[in-house]
Amino acid sequence: MDKLWLIIKREYLTRVKKRSFIITTVITPLALVLFMVVVGFIFSYESGDVIRIAVVDEGNILNKKKIKNDESLYFYYEDQPIETLRDNFDATVYSGILAIPPLQNIKTKKHTIYYYSDRQPSIDVSLKIEQRVSELIREHKIDRLQLDKEGLKALNTKIVLDPEPITPNSEDTSNLTTFIAAGIGGVMGMIMYMTVFIYGMMVMRSVMEEKMNRIVEIMISSVRPFQLMMGKIIGVGAVGLTQVGIWALLMPILYFLVILFFGFNPDDLNSTANMPAEIDMADMEVLMGQITNELTAINWWLIIPLFIFYFLGGYFLYASLFAAVGSAMGDDLGEGQALTIPITIPVVMAFYIMFVAVRAPQSSLAVWSSIFPLFSPIVMPARLAFDPPFWQIATSVLVLLISALFFVWLSARIYRVGILMYGKKVSFRELGKWLFYKD
Amino acid sequence: MSILKLEDVTKVYENHVAVDGVSFEIPKGCIFGLLGPNGAGKTSIIRIITTITRADSGVVYLDGEKLSSKHPYQIGYMPEERGLYKKMKVGEHLIYLARLKGMSKKQALDAINEWLEKFEIKGWWDKKVEELSKGMQQKIQFISTVIHRPKLLILDEPFSGLDPINTNLIKDEIDALNQSGISIIFSTHRMEQVEEICERIVLINKGKNILEGSVKDVKNQFKENLFRIGFEGNLPYDFTDNATVVKRDKGSITVKLDMAKDSNSLLEYLISNGVIVHSFNEILPNLNEIFIKQVQGEY
Repeated sequence: MDKLWLIIKREYLTRVKKRSFIITTVITPLALVLFMVVVGFIFSYESGDVIRIAVVDEGNILNKKKIKNDESLYFYYEDQPIETLRDNFDATVYSGILAIPPLQNIKTKKHTIYYYSDRQPSIDVSLKIEQRVSELIREHKIDRLQLDKEGLKALNTKIVLDPEPITPNSEDTSNLTTFIAAGIGGVMGMIMYMTVFIYGMMVMRSVMEEKMNRIVEIMISSVRPFQLMMGKIIGVGAVGLTQVGIWALLMPILYFLVILFFGFNPDDLNSTANMPAEIDMADMEVLMGQITNELTAINWWLIIPLFIFYFLGGYFLYASLFAAVGSAMGDDLGEGQALTIPITIPVVMAFYIMFVAVRAPQSSLAVWSSIFPLFSPIVMPARLAFDPPFWQIATSVLVLLISALFFVWLSARIYRVGILMYGKKVSFRELGKWLFYKD
Repeated sequence: MSILKLEDVTKVYENHVAVDGVSFEIPKGCIFGLLGPNGAGKTSIIRIITTITRADSGVVYLDGEKLSSKHPYQIGYMPEERGLYKKMKVGEHLIYLARLKGMSKKQALDAINEWLEKFEIKGWWDKKVEELSKGMQQKIQFISTVIHRPKLLILDEPFSGLDPINTNLIKDEIDALNQSGISIIFSTHRMEQVEEICERIVLINKGKNILEGSVKDVKNQFKENLFRIGFEGNLPYDFTDNATVVKRDKGSITVKLDMAKDSNSLLEYLISNGVIVHSFNEILPNLNEIFIKQVQGEY
């Protein structure tokens, strides 16, 4: 036990104290934030040119109502005919002339307006012009058709689908629950996938290095191969937890700092780009309140321990397999790469199944995959927020626990032979034989 | 009392017998040569002694006790293929290996400081292993092997990669450790080193113990009654009746004596016949020859 502790400590400290660890751990979130800031600036970049547009409303359908201006786009009504404006265009301040012909028919659904300019309007500007003119024409039509404005507003009804349980005693969920659960599930599955890969590979590389620089024979004359393997797996796992933990702390802080110093919200990127229509702030607040409610309503006391369990189970299962493969590899890295394929395939498959599980958490694919131990560490965390039936969680936990122990045992059998085997081309048959070697 | 005793030890890998009923004994305080060609089973035997693997049958006793998992603390093993963690600093690396051998941090620190002082390399403490030359790394490797004062030290080709100065340095340390009561198993192909260092040897071939004993006994066992005589004057005419001439050089002759005759009577015979003898040596076979002949099955 003492020795295992010594090994864990060494594996952990040598990695955590490395400059590259400190750099990646701190730089990655910084780089991510920097990236967001830069992208933010790029997206919020306004050409700086102010576009002034002369509007010639021949049929007076806009009724001289003010067209909405913004920092870079100004509209001015001109009474002069288009020809005059075009002739004297160079003498004016305008970048273009917008000609709005009269409506052919008050019930027309399509109306073409013309923009005269030597320079093509940007897509952004075109959209703004179209949208703003359309709004005013709508008002014109409402007036002309003598429709009831209030009545019209009342026409649109926002429908909210609220799932309710059949049995009255079960917990009520709202549609937001599904949405948030999917988000949490996706994030959890993603974290699992990344950690299994990154840290599993780290274990494999480290085992290989130990074998290649021949320290391993010295080590196992003092400790059992199993202790060495477990020490490494646990040590690297602790490094992983440290890194993820630091990121989990650092990200929100940096996020907050960015908002504070740059005065803009990285989230704006998506909302302004895709939703030009103004969002009602009151609606937004209600929504945020609901999300907060939903988040607090989720059974974190169950999800967090389970997530940690799946994290550990999945990590031990895969990291031990990676260790076994690392021990079997020779000097020829390319040759050994083939051995990693059977491990990476289930991880990648589980990753794709996770997406299905998030969309259809009760589908039989999702259910069985969340029990199958090679998939469950990635698929089950993605389903947890959807309140899967208890029997499924229990079965999955039990199966994963037994499998993780089994795979650790199996890998240790391969590892103890592999680390002392040099210059032998290793096939899967060979690995199978190693399982039955006596000590 | 023996420090190590192997009784009929056998180890079988799936398609070959690596160690085939090997028995030998190492007296306490002895420097013992474990010899054999490549693939003879030396490493398999060493791995069994160091508890890295277990024998399929047979018993190993360390200092009178049946080998168990507590014994690695009492053994220091320097494998032929050896290495260190490249990124670790010399000091922390030595502490790590010492603690894995069951030393407390305090004990480890004291012992390491003593050794670094002895080798005059105290300044290396904070150097990374990868910054050291191969010979320097060997020194660290040696220290890590002996740091916990094992009862039994197993050195597999300890001088490979060392320059003559460092070879002597390590050789002296091996001697000093032996003087202080540590028994040493020395495995090498370099027979001149074996003759120089070892008191006893065992020769392993194809997993079997084919020869064992003190270096002197082994040499005697294989001596061919060859004598080299340096002389002046003429040999007596009936000389060849008394001995078979193997080789004639200027001023010297190599002869093979019949088993019945002893060297003193030959010497007397020559002197009484007026030959001036400068030198008279028995030519003992060197271990290298014995090794090659044994392995190639000439005897």
